Amino acid sequence: MKLREIIETLQATIVVNSHDQEMAVELACGSDLMSDVLSRLKPDALLLTGLITPQSVYTAEMADVRVVCYVRGKKPEAETVRLAEERGLVLLSTTLPMYESCGRLYRKGLKGVSET
Amino acid sequence: MKDSNVNGTLQIARTQEMIYELRVQQAMTKQVITVEPENTMADVSRVLGENRHSGMPVMKGEEMVGIVSVEDLVRSFREGNSSQPVKQWMSKNVTTLYADEPLVHAVQKFERHGYGRFPVIDRKTKRLVGILTKVDIIRCLLQHLEIDFQDLEIRRYIPREWFSELDCDRATLSLRYHIDGANFEKAGEVSSKLKRNLQTLGLAPDVVRRIAIASFEAELNLVIFTEGGELAARVEPGRVTVTVVDNGPGIPDVELAMQPGYSTAPDWVRELGFGAGMGLPNIKNCTNELKLESKVGEGTKLQFTVFT
Ligand SMILES: Nc1ncnc2c1ncn2[C@@H]1O[C@H](COP(=O)(O)OP(=O)(O)OP(=O)(O)O)[C@@H](O)[C@H]1O
Ligand SMILES: [Mg+2]
Repeated sequence: MKLREIIETLQATIVVNSHDQEMAVELACGSDLMSDVLSRLKPDALLLTGLITPQSVYTAEMADVRVVCYVRGKKPEAETVRLAEERGLVLLSTTLPMYESCGRLYRKGLKGVSET
Repeated sequence: MKDSNVNGTLQIARTQEMIYELRVQQAMTKQVITVEPENTMADVSRVLGENRHSGMPVMKGEEMVGIVSVEDLVRSFREGNSSQPVKQWMSKNVTTLYADEPLVHAVQKFERHGYGRFPVIDRKTKRLVGILTKVDIIRCLLQHLEIDFQDLEIRRYIPREWFSELDCDRATLSLRYHIDGANFEKAGEVSSKLKRNLQTLGLAPDVVRRIAIASFEAELNLVIFTEGGELAARVEPGRVTVTVVDNGPGIPDVELAMQPGYSTAPDWVRELGFGAGMGLPNIKNCTNELKLESKVGEGTKLQFTVFT
């Protein structure tokens, strides 16, 4: 799925824009607990989370994830934004709750980490 | 000879890829020289001559109303005279490009129309934002090939090779970091630095990723459960070993702590995104060797190795 389609599907706002919207994202993973995410994340996945602290960016960085979307209308902290810009990550924010965010993307064909 | 052929083919393939990746706005010239419809063809002749251009957009204020080229100029000299206004000789149907179109569209348009240049328009505002010639495309491709090439050179040059070229029986590089306890603001910074250094050393992306995840988990355990400590990475041929040491409080039951889902993290830690009890199991999964030693009241020593 293209980054552009993810933004449209989640009606997300772009907080940090470091990549072309034609960039392909093949799978996604969602959780508010970072170790939970790190046990399953694969490179280049989309990370959906409600955690807006710098550790959300560090988690993405460690796992080679380039796109993070904050759910439930959460806006990342200033330091989180700064770190993401420095690392060339894309940060999105959607007002949708976690379940609906995942559901909409899954319905559009974005796979989970266990399926790839 | 054979090698340079392979390189040549690679470069052509890369150039083809690049015209799909690059956008018109990355290649176009942003300072556009223009004329007004009321200017004379003599003006056109002078401006084109001065700038060594072969054509330019005709602008009525902010709006582009046509394009005038050397061909129009020649025609006006032959069939009219040089004091006639531009609007009488310009072409009104202007073929344009959008700034966000991939460069490949521009290349196709040059082939199809045979024009020397295309004005570039912003898709939203419909305003002129630049102009694109074949020379612009070539310059842009060369610049990006150069960047690509440098990236390649750096990656090829720094890698483990210099390590193995050191004149000794066994070379070891040691990277040490201090980790503050209870400083959540900075939790992750050490692993982030370590990851970048390992990348610079030219280790494989998958190896770097596994070491980074394991170090991040270890770093967070020190921030959350201890008063701080030290993380040291030892890079040597074939392996990277990370040792994380703290001064307590220690882990009463190491085997239990290693169980997936086991956590003593309080609620405030969970609110900060940790405490799933998956940290130590993650470290185990990411690494080839793992040793965890702990004495209550003294401290914990975690050591893991990833084969490279
Ligand atoms: N350096 C340490 N010093 C003291 N106790 C530790 C240390 N590292 C881990 N522990 C103990 O081991 C338990 C399990 O650690 P682990 O990293 O697996 O999970 P966690 O940190 O609780 O949660 P998560 O890592 O998923 O965020 C911790 O809850 C804690 O009780
Ligand atoms: Mg942990």
